[in-house]
Amino acid sequence: MAALASVTGVPEAAEPPPPPPRAGRPRVWRGIVLVLAAAYFLVPLVTSFWFTVYNDMTGFSLSTYTDLLVAEGFGRSLGLSLGLAAATIVLVLALTLPAMLAVRLSAPRLRPVMEVVCTLPLVVPPITFVTGIGKSLQVGGEVLAPTPFWATLIAIQDPAFPIVLVLAYVMLALPFVYRSLDAGLATMDVRTLVEAARNLGASWPQVIFRVVVPNLRSALASASFLTLALVLGEFTVARLLGYQPFSVWIVTISGSQAQLSVAASVLSLLLTWLLLLVVSTASGRKRS
Amino acid sequence: MIVARSRGWLGALPLLVFAGLVFGFPAIAILGGTFTVQGSPSLRNLTQSLSGGNLTSLAGSVQVSAVVAGAGAVLGTFLAYAVVTSRFRALREAVLTASGVLANFGGVPLAFFWVATLGNSGVISGLLGLPSGALYTFWGLVVVYLYFSIPLMVLVMAPALDGLRPQWREAAAGGGATAWQYWRYVGLPVLTPALLGGVVLLFGGAFAAYATAAAMGAGTVVPLVTLKIASALTGDVQIGFENVALALSLDMVVIAGLVMAVYLPLQKRSTRWLR
Repeated sequence: MAALASVTGVPEAAEPPPPPPRAGRPRVWRGIVLVLAAAYFLVPLVTSFWFTVYNDMTGFSLSTYTDLLVAEGFGRSLGLSLGLAAATIVLVLALTLPAMLAVRLSAPRLRPVMEVVCTLPLVVPPITFVTGIGKSLQVGGEVLAPTPFWATLIAIQDPAFPIVLVLAYVMLALPFVYRSLDAGLATMDVRTLVEAARNLGASWPQVIFRVVVPNLRSALASASFLTLALVLGEFTVARLLGYQPFSVWIVTISGSQAQLSVAASVLSLLLTWLLLLVVSTASGRKRS
Repeated sequence: MIVARSRGWLGALPLLVFAGLVFGFPAIAILGGTFTVQGSPSLRNLTQSLSGGNLTSLAGSVQVSAVVAGAGAVLGTFLAYAVVTSRFRALREAVLTASGVLANFGGVPLAFFWVATLGNSGVISGLLGLPSGALYTFWGLVVVYLYFSIPLMVLVMAPALDGLRPQWREAAAGGGATAWQYWRYVGLPVLTPALLGGVVLLFGGAFAAYATAAAMGAGTVVPLVTLKIASALTGDVQIGFENVALALSLDMVVIAGLVMAVYLPLQKRSTRWLR
């Protein structure tokens, strides 16, 4: 790429100034494209909000949103989603960060393996994944019934806090976490930092928590926020394993209270926007 | 340091073991379930998954995904080009940020947004005089899926379009090429890897989508394989169909895998141009 840049760079000086860009025509079609896109993307947002605050009987009112906060199951399902997200973030970072450091520092030959493992969840549709999980839980229950492992298998399926969902979400989050951490590690000289710390007598936990993590702060934050957004929106796995986090709850109430479910959707969109805006401004600041 | 280096791969062990278990058991369960009928080896589940209503649902999913991928690729590329060539930096930043958010915005809320807009009692469907159920048809589903597909395509194409150097266009014009010739012989060949990669991503996203269709209840009109599998698992159909659902899942992985196999080498090629 450097070669190409220098080749294109040289004649630039000798070149006559480029002709002025044609102003009229491109601007018209660009305007049309942008207006159509704006209409397509904004109309559903605006109308959904309108749908939640207005109906023909009562007129304009924000009561849907206050109803939402006290609705049966709202707090429980949102709490479950947030708890699952927290557990997923801790587990996925605890697994991925040491693995990526190991690959960079001492086992570069494992890199293709890591890439395959962290790409697989993008190739396998979640519904396939959950079909397999459901089947293995069922078979596992039959096989393990006489052994003490059976209790463990039941424990991870506890509806109050289904650990099996955390395990599945860690897999689903892997590609995103891998990519943000990989980008973060690329911006620092990991080997020099780690070897310097080790030569000065730091233990491995000290190296990780006092040298690597502080340098990776924004990459870790964006990985966490992406995972949080993913877990809050996840529906397929939870629904088919029969649990009721936030997104499943929205569908459950939609039958009887359409306005409430749209209001919950607006709320969850706002939350996702907020999270992802934090990610993009954090990574934008890093670039500049 | 030498000792540490020889044991260095230990750090990667927990992740690899975890992935092996959490992916391995379901994979074995799917393969085992697909190729057995009442405990003895058989191909009956597989042949059943490729016939009748199951085949229709697979074809329906592939059709929706193909149309979404094609339309999303074209519309997303135009939008990306309009934004990238714009002189307003703020517009560009706003559209790219919004695309990053909307590309991740699938699932349940998306379905309810469109139900509130174009559904049977939706705000806009009344204004447009749409017939009842218009949202729940094939094209309705395409319109809904494009809502996250177009932004994804914008995200894929914006860096590729940025990679088109103005000098190439000037050189082509200096050599007497028309705008059509420039796009045909310079622009498109450089963009092709990104375009195809985008098409594959869009196809994969639409193909795997379940939550949106399930929340809309679109399955009544458009047969989708994800809805078929889900109804088999949640017990809406006869007993013994469960293993056919596993076979259907296997069909899905094969289709998604074939499509992704095209994408990965292409992505490597396109990144070479986009530094």
